[in-house]
Amino acid sequence: MAEFLQFVFSGITVGAIYALVAIGFTLIYNASDVVNFAQGEFVMLGAMGTVFLGHAGVPLLLAGVVAVLITTVVGLALYRWAIVPAREADAVTLIIITIGASIFLRGVAEVVFDKGFHSLPALLGSNPIRLGGATILPQSLVVLAGAFFIMVLLWAFIDRTLFGKAVRAIAANRVAARLVGINTRIVVGASFALSAAIGAIAGILITPITLTSYNGGTLLALKGFAAIMLGGIGSAVGAVVGGILLGLLEAFAAGYVSASYKDAVGFLVILAVLFVMPRGLFGKATVERV
Amino acid sequence: MSMLAPLERFRLLQRRRLAAAGASKSILLDRFRLLRRRRLISLVPIVAIVIILPLLFSSAYYYRVAALVFLFGIAALGLNLLMGFAGQVSLGHAGFMGIGAYAVAIGPTAFGIPPVLSFILGALLSALVAFVVGRPILRLKEHYLAVATLGFGILLAIVFTNEANWTGGPDGMAVPQLILFNWPLRGAAVWYWILAVSFLVGAVIALNLINSPTGRALRAIHDSEVAARVLGIDVAQKKLMIFVISAVYTSIAGSYLALLDGYITPQISGFLRSIELVAMVVLGGMGSVAGSLVGAAVLVILPQALTLFDEYEHVVLGLIVMGVMIFLRAGIVPSLAAAFGGGRS
Repeated sequence: MAEFLQFVFSGITVGAIYALVAIGFTLIYNASDVVNFAQGEFVMLGAMGTVFLGHAGVPLLLAGVVAVLITTVVGLALYRWAIVPAREADAVTLIIITIGASIFLRGVAEVVFDKGFHSLPALLGSNPIRLGGATILPQSLVVLAGAFFIMVLLWAFIDRTLFGKAVRAIAANRVAARLVGINTRIVVGASFALSAAIGAIAGILITPITLTSYNGGTLLALKGFAAIMLGGIGSAVGAVVGGILLGLLEAFAAGYVSASYKDAVGFLVILAVLFVMPRGLFGKATVERV
Repeated sequence: MSMLAPLERFRLLQRRRLAAAGASKSILLDRFRLLRRRRLISLVPIVAIVIILPLLFSSAYYYRVAALVFLFGIAALGLNLLMGFAGQVSLGHAGFMGIGAYAVAIGPTAFGIPPVLSFILGALLSALVAFVVGRPILRLKEHYLAVATLGFGILLAIVFTNEANWTGGPDGMAVPQLILFNWPLRGAAVWYWILAVSFLVGAVIALNLINSPTGRALRAIHDSEVAARVLGIDVAQKKLMIFVISAVYTSIAGSYLALLDGYITPQISGFLRSIELVAMVVLGGMGSVAGSLVGAAVLVILPQALTLFDEYEHVVLGLIVMGVMIFLRAGIVPSLAAAFGGGRS
């Protein structure tokens, strides 16, 4: 039982990060139909940026804020110089463009930072808390609280503000949104910026537990994608549930099956979901028009 | 007047149809033969290049780079059959390269199977794997298809990395030399000829395939799957068939790469390799046989030319992939062909 609880704790912690990556995916996807594979690089840039600004003597809190801002600018640049010029391309081409961007950002990180693994000090110290025979790191609680906070804020933003309304309008019908006077470019650009910021924060939160390195982003992006597949592409609730579910599945697979095949779980999930219920848990059925 | 126009068009169409029916079958056949000959003629420049290039080579290094170009040309050609003709993307094709490569590495060392036989078994294994995973994967469309194939490729890479008892794990393993009739194949020049001829054979098969009823069915699927189905084409079966063929091409390229290098690591089936293959196909030109070779040439030679910037390898690759997808989506060879009077290659 204690073992089981331990896997649940670690699963939910990692799952919260997958959920944040998945939320970033969903935000961009709903605004622009782009599946952004550079989402994982946002996470990496936030974490690596904070680490290296910290090394340079910047106080960590400020370093974190600056790293999030830099990542936000990267997100905007990605939209402006990679997505806008290819606006009329099909879905697969756009995916490959973002994969190219992800490789590029990874390469830049390799040169600007280094190839080592780095960590950040945990916010509430690193003495594990005992709970029902299992232990949980204080930082896990920070991650969960942070993820929860971001999701509530995002929900309020999308559900309660004019900007959020514009995002939802674009998600529903881009042409109609433009017809009623919504500047789709600004709104979609803002979604990229927001999504980059969320990714960067997620990266900073998780680094004390999982460490970070220049090539940590790709796998995270794929996990985040597995999460939205599981939850149903385009659904915010689905992204969160899918992320946490994937985290739990991985933790159980690592604990009960084989630690070295932990990373395979995400892909098996993707394939299984696609074959059995291609719309995910929370996806809406659509009718294909010819 | 506007009421009459459709009627008139109908009459015109009917007249044309009658004329077509009147044309004797042999004329039609002749036209097919001519078409096929014209398609094969497009290979003549490649044959010429294969023969002339060695005259310009001053060292084994050039032979090696050229051999690699033809090798990746074979892989790109395989992927191009899937992407350019059937219109189905695969972001996990390097997985098949891995299967081919590990077949010629594991076959002889672990099971004592002769390398040549391992080579063939590797291609058959790839075909089998493609056959099994192809049906469910190819039901998917657009980004679902992209992600499923990507996941499939990475799964294979994870298996190659983790099954260290067989594959040597992340450090890789040595590949025994290919010996053909007591003649060990080694040296860059020998491999240059093997790979150039293999590419040409692959190109001839591909051109014949494109020109067959299957090829036409595939192009119909590319244009509109629904319309193809309405015309009575078994879409699922044709897609699966081309997926299997394309996997075999890529697997053979993987086997060659393992034999050429004499050493392999799981990187051969990595995610980056898959993306490189896609970039080769799009850069050279979707649906162009010569384009596959041109795309492979650019992506093989450019990093060699940029070895000074070794550190910037990923930066350069990322920029190439993005640049190709944004600005060169039409591909080099089709763009050139359009510029020089619409000849198709």
